[in-house]
Amino acid sequence: MNLTLRVWRQKSPREAGRLVTYQARDIIPDMSFLEMLDVVNEGLILKGEDPIAFDHDCREGICGMCSLVINGVPHGHQSGTTVCQLHMRHFHDGQTITIEPWRARPFPVLKDLIIDRSAFDRIIQAGGFTSVNAGGAPDANAIPIPKEEAELAMDAAACIGCGACVAACKNASAMLFVGAKVSQFLHLPQGHPEREARVRNMVAAMDREGFGNCTNTYECEAVCPKNISVRVIAELNRELRRAAFRPPPAKRAVGAG
Amino acid sequence: MWKTSIGLKLIVAVTGVLLYLFVIGHMIGNLQVYLGPNALNTYAEKLRALPPLLWTVRIGLLVIAVVHITLTITLAFQNRAARPIRYVRKEAVEASVSSRTMVYSGLALLGFVVYHLLHLTWKLTNPQYASLRDAHDRPDVYAMVVLGFQNPVASVIYIAAMIVLGFHFTHAFSSFFQTVGWSTPRTRPTLERVALILAAIIVVGNISIPLSILLGVVHLPTGGM
Ligand code: SF4
Ligand code: FES
Repeated sequence: MNLTLRVWRQKSPREAGRLVTYQARDIIPDMSFLEMLDVVNEGLILKGEDPIAFDHDCREGICGMCSLVINGVPHGHQSGTTVCQLHMRHFHDGQTITIEPWRARPFPVLKDLIIDRSAFDRIIQAGGFTSVNAGGAPDANAIPIPKEEAELAMDAAACIGCGACVAACKNASAMLFVGAKVSQFLHLPQGHPEREARVRNMVAAMDREGFGNCTNTYECEAVCPKNISVRVIAELNRELRRAAFRPPPAKRAVGAG
Repeated sequence: MWKTSIGLKLIVAVTGVLLYLFVIGHMIGNLQVYLGPNALNTYAEKLRALPPLLWTVRIGLLVIAVVHITLTITLAFQNRAARPIRYVRKEAVEASVSSRTMVYSGLALLGFVVYHLLHLTWKLTNPQYASLRDAHDRPDVYAMVVLGFQNPVASVIYIAAMIVLGFHFTHAFSSFFQTVGWSTPRTRPTLERVALILAAIIVVGNISIPLSILLGVVHLPTGGM
């Protein structure tokens, strides 16, 4: 199949970008979207031009690196799919495809379609972990957890930190991501000792980074490649309120040993 | 908590619900127009006879509305700043029109509320209303409403404003439950349906008044007393 691509090209964070049109020829429908871009890039390299810069790592839908807004939708129209798992058979011959990077102030464009997502790392560093004793691995069933709770935790833990929720939100809010990270600990006993501090610190970090505020339009849920439910946003709201009415916990000895 | 984005939204949600409840109460009061001049004027007289209550409600509403509006505008500016460079092409997959236009429907409603107060509460646009008296020599609210809505322009403005209000309220209702954290995937569809039904009741209830007046169903008392 042959396609017309309108791709965002931007040399550096400081320079202004613009859409440039390319022709993608002889694309095999079973190629992934990223493989299609590889083909285009090979052509560009052969012509001595600068290839289109885009992010990717696992290409298996698990790392969260790939990040393209395709025809106005992060990760494209195929729901529950990352760009690397989106195949060209979902497009038709002769189609024009617009490709842009995630757009949010906390995600500055580094080059072309690559954005800097370290704002997410700083939110995780603020509380998206448990401080546990590093010792021998405990038995898997040492702490019994009700099935429903384990499922809720696992559903939230499926978040791969791709940032599509921010990219899709009309307010560039990171609530789905932060909610997922808070929820994954909330439903497991290991998450409880640092429960209040976690939500406080993560929300503070989220605000510091300059993400917008959720207005419950639920675009995030619709584009999330891992189908994270906006339930986690309600949980985040509840957790923060709960933490607000509790005094900050006394200093705890964490990670002793 | 109150300094976080989530805390501010919680205040917006709570003040919004209070305004929502006021609108419902306001509508129930107004529907007494169907019971005739005496019922409506007695009701209006009763409200005025309780100045402490009346003024508490008025000042309370003013404070609530100011908080609701200033905070939403603050948040809306933050939201704009969070995406300085817009998409060339962007599509909404899930978001409803009402959810995406809350700021605009809200601002339109603010404009309407000001007009509404000028028109019927302060009577600045129609000073002659102030001199209307009914048979018991009470301010004739009934006649004021009927005369007011016999003007098609005023009626059309009211009807349009109520439709905007309906849009604002459909998103507001379910949004409230999400912001306070009481919404779950299981209850969300129900909440959204209830939101729609309540909004429809409010819109139909309020619109019915100017419509009945324009159609002559509700009119000034005729003939002998
Ligand atoms: S919540 Fe979904 S869209 Fe957002 S970062 Fe996680 S996986 Fe990506
Ligand atoms: S490249 Fe790893 S999820 Fe797409």
